[in-house]
Amino acid sequence: MATAEDRVKADIEREDALQGIGCSRKRKEDPRFVQGKGTYVDDVKLPGTLYADLVRSPFAHARIKGINKEKALALPGVHAVLTAEDLKPLNLHWMPTLAGDVQAVLADEKVHMQYQEVAVVIADDRYIAADAVDLVEVEYEALPVLVDPHKALDPDAPILREDAEDKDNVGQGPRKHPNHIFNWQVGDAEATERAFDEAEVTVKQEMYYPRVHPSPLETCGCVASFDKVNGKLDVYITSQAPHVVRTVVSMLSGVPESKVRIVSPDIGGGFGNKVGIYPGYVTAIVASIVIGRPVKWIEDRMEHLSTTAWARDYWMTGELAADKDGRIKGLKVDVLADHGAFNSHAQPTKWPAGFLSICTGSYDIPVAHVNVDGVYTNKSPGGVAYRCSFRVTEAVYVIERMMDVLAQKLGIDKAEIRRRNFVKPEQFPYETCLGWELDSGDYHTALDKVLAAVDYEGLRKEQAEKRAKGELMGIGLVTFTEVVGAGPSKNCDILGVGMFDSAEIRVHPTGSAIARMGTITQGQGHQTTYAQIIASELGIPSEEIQIEEGDTDTAPYGLGTYGSRSTPVGGAATAVAARKIRDKARKIAAHLMEVSEDDVEWDIDRFKVKGVPGQEKTMKEVAWAAYNNVPEGMEMGLEAVDYYDPPNFTYPFGTYLCVVDIDKYTGVVDIRRFYALDDCGTRINPMIIEGQVHGGLNEGFAVAMGQEMPYDEEGNLLGNTFMDYFIPTFVETPHWETDYTVTPSPHHPLGAKGVAESPHVGSIPCFTAAIVDALAHLDVTHVDMPHNAYRVWQTLHELGADKRD
Amino acid sequence: MIPSGFEYHRPSSVQDAIRLLNENEDAKILAGGHSLLPMMKLRFAEPAHLIDLNGLAELKGIRLDGDTLCIGAMTTENELIDSDLVKQHCPLLVDVAKLVADPQVRNRGTVGGDVAHGDPGNDHPAVMLALDAEFVIQGPDGERRQAANGFFLGTYWTGLEEGEVMTEIRIPPIPANGGYGYNKLKRKTGDYATAGSTVVLELDGASCKEIRIGLTNVAPMAIRAEAAEDLLRGQNIDEALIEQAAELVMQACDPAEDLRGDIQYKTHMAAEMTRRSIRDALARAGS
Ligand SMILES: Cc1cc2nc3c(=O)[nH]c(=O)nc-3n(C[C@H](O)[C@H](O)[C@H](O)COP(=O)(O)OP(=O)(O)OC[C@H]3O[C@@H](n4cnc5c(N)ncnc54)[C@H](O)[C@@H]3O)c2cc1C
Repeated sequence: MATAEDRVKADIEREDALQGIGCSRKRKEDPRFVQGKGTYVDDVKLPGTLYADLVRSPFAHARIKGINKEKALALPGVHAVLTAEDLKPLNLHWMPTLAGDVQAVLADEKVHMQYQEVAVVIADDRYIAADAVDLVEVEYEALPVLVDPHKALDPDAPILREDAEDKDNVGQGPRKHPNHIFNWQVGDAEATERAFDEAEVTVKQEMYYPRVHPSPLETCGCVASFDKVNGKLDVYITSQAPHVVRTVVSMLSGVPESKVRIVSPDIGGGFGNKVGIYPGYVTAIVASIVIGRPVKWIEDRMEHLSTTAWARDYWMTGELAADKDGRIKGLKVDVLADHGAFNSHAQPTKWPAGFLSICTGSYDIPVAHVNVDGVYTNKSPGGVAYRCSFRVTEAVYVIERMMDVLAQKLGIDKAEIRRRNFVKPEQFPYETCLGWELDSGDYHTALDKVLAAVDYEGLRKEQAEKRAKGELMGIGLVTFTEVVGAGPSKNCDILGVGMFDSAEIRVHPTGSAIARMGTITQGQGHQTTYAQIIASELGIPSEEIQIEEGDTDTAPYGLGTYGSRSTPVGGAATAVAARKIRDKARKIAAHLMEVSEDDVEWDIDRFKVKGVPGQEKTMKEVAWAAYNNVPEGMEMGLEAVDYYDPPNFTYPFGTYLCVVDIDKYTGVVDIRRFYALDDCGTRINPMIIEGQVHGGLNEGFAVAMGQEMPYDEEGNLLGNTFMDYFIPTFVETPHWETDYTVTPSPHHPLGAKGVAESPHVGSIPCFTAAIVDALAHLDVTHVDMPHNAYRVWQTLHELGADKRD
Repeated sequence: MIPSGFEYHRPSSVQDAIRLLNENEDAKILAGGHSLLPMMKLRFAEPAHLIDLNGLAELKGIRLDGDTLCIGAMTTENELIDSDLVKQHCPLLVDVAKLVADPQVRNRGTVGGDVAHGDPGNDHPAVMLALDAEFVIQGPDGERRQAANGFFLGTYWTGLEEGEVMTEIRIPPIPANGGYGYNKLKRKTGDYATAGSTVVLELDGASCKEIRIGLTNVAPMAIRAEAAEDLLRGQNIDEALIEQAAELVMQACDPAEDLRGDIQYKTHMAAEMTRRSIRDALARAGS
């Protein structure tokens, strides 16, 4: 006789065998990557391929007086040299941006930034192409350069975009100067002003969030292959949104969408950089259509860092109004946004500054007002959401910095001031004063857990002792709330396509399954986690579930992967599609067991007849029956599709704490400890979550401690190689300690929220906070990033903190 | 990122290399390639001929000649790091090599190339100054030797004449009552020094009998901080003197501003690295 205990044990074994939700299943993608067997775009080798290379501008702002292609065309192996003049008849010399502006595909009479695409060379191989690029002679007349966005709206500022000079709107509302892109305001300005007038204390802090580049390991590239006979266009491309690319390519090229196939093969990282369409893609596609042969275009690292999408570049002023106890009465955020030469930011929302208005953070703030002005400068165009939802990182940075500034002003502990202002667990779902509905949260528990884990009191004591000895130690604390999972289509779209996502699952007669999604993995491990969702929902072992993404000929339409939207949207679609299949399977099971559907209950991997032990049909048996023995009137087969439009975003949160020691004679910052607690709701694969958190922390560390894309006064981009652009190796990267709490999302079918971006968004202000905290006794309230040794030393030197006594 | 075309030669001996170097217009020696190839990929350098020394066993290897450590010019950084002879006779070089670039570069990059390139950012030149090393050079007219002191003339400009090949580096021993200190500040693995300082000194009782200070990446070429050396030579070095020496080091610096830092930062860091290297050298000398 099986005891109850035996039965529980058997159930657990059955469940474990599925490797479903909650299992730290090993990543299915890794074996091919660690063996060097991935297929990236540059691995796509089609017979007869030609190579594209771009002639780029050495000037940041100049008029093109003439282009002489003769010498380049005379080089053996060169097939074509195309300029804006050649694209004009096709109306492809300019292309629309996601923000309603236009961007030059090849410079049309003027260049607006250094490295701007001026001409494309098509040749037999990339070596000939590179030589030919050197032979294209371009005559420029230099124009005054606008680098400082603060001067963009001056009456005597050079006018950059002559093409848009007379437009009163370049896609995002009225503008007040030819270099102005938009003004965007949210919140109740008057009520906020009143709160500030009446407040017992107010604080104000200016801060610059530098321009940084996501810099994935693999640069951008594509292989375009137009089949002149069938009129079919295949494009292999490093895209985070292949389906959207198909729509855009069809719209631009006039090739019917049904004849355009986009394939995103393995992608060597995206981090927001691979959402948009770049001139190189367009030129390769045009060249392939014109020449009728495959054309490959692969950027080098300098081209990548210099011209493709960067992030941030926000000049922000935060202000808080509060009472003497530190309770916040109002928030103001004012931003000057440098968008570069074209407004090509990849923002999928209806809001010109993305999700910036999430800037009330984890706090119960009664009123707030946000004002953003976007301007053109002679720099590379952008920006994008670098491992975040668009502009969330900036929002979290400004509010978390301001919490510290307020705490320092009032002499209140930085943990305590947060506790006093947190949205309380019982207030969820919580409507922020700027219109967001935070779905769930338990901020107090997360904070308390971290403070206990690191012995916060002990750290503060140690810091006081160190200060007495003249040593510099800082403790950074951040209690952030993220917003991910774009998004409800009422809020978010790309070029009018709502931001749903999709899953299509097919269960085969023998019980294994294939599923295809509209998202696309670039390191997130979709092939692993999506299978786990289906395994738990359908009782099919995840090893028997094949996940495919990235081929628009086979996968259902989806908006792609960025903004941590795969689990919140694609994962939800997957769960719902699986449930549709289970509903059908239940009917088939009832039919097989000759009972009413209501008498059938689901149990891990099978249907059981309630109260009749032994009367059961496994999913495998049902799958077989679905192809030969279904109830009358039911169609055969076992598959489902779901297009999921989420009712709300999800709001992951966390508490991060960072301890630093600063060498005051060199400015070198040692990150002694970094403790990251994340709450992403239901945890599908804890190991993948931890990996994503580590990756996000590494990138947050990179941004905070070293990344920047600086320009000199002539608009020359400095630091566009890996010699200067900071990509930390494991030598530089601190040790990460991770932790979690679980507060499920009430509206997501699985309760999951998304996690991969939280560590980026949350850690960046935490590093800054730690460095400022180390100097807080010297009346420092803020220091701008990047906190490389040079910058930190400059601050120390100004303060006289590096003096020897 | 694609170099312009060039012809590739693989000589069978040093003599052959010298012949090829002198017969071909616009020819360059290829050692590890980790300075030359990046410049060619950026088309800053467009040599018509590359003469690859990698096949020449005679340029490899580490040996003792009396108490002088002799290092073949084509010895890689990783070979230095792994060499028992170097560990024993000049551990300073192991410390230096470990901080050159990253493991990939150290697998191919050679000590000879590092010195011959004349890049103020390279680490070995200032170290060779502090070690009082000597370079063995062969040319069409035979072999000659030149001291490190005076070899580094400017950025990418050394005492090597056209058509010459560096074959060996000779390093005299650090005396038993001597010590060294080496400190390099860099932003990350794989980066050149923001500032570096090498100190080699010899004590006579408590007094500093001889001292050489080599500075990396704070002038158009590797330099010695001679005024600081003069101040310390013959003195009992204490913190007050180190402070004065640090001031003199700053006066010797003439760095170029870049993203590693401005002139002020680099100058201060040269001084700070020197303070640390002097202290380390004193500690090693057993004072
Ligand atoms: C990412 C990166 C980081 C780096 N960081 C550092 C660093 O931190 N510290 C550092 O010191 N170096 C650094 N380097 C440079 C590296 O150490 C090079 O290997 C070294 O400078 C040159 O040695 P090589 O053998 O590669 O010479 P090559 O690049 O082959 O040659 C360099 C020059 O020297 C000439 N040459 C070479 N050998 C001889 C010879 N025997 N006789 C005459 N002429 C010769 C060549 O013609 C050429 O002009 C770095 C390089 C890279 C790519």
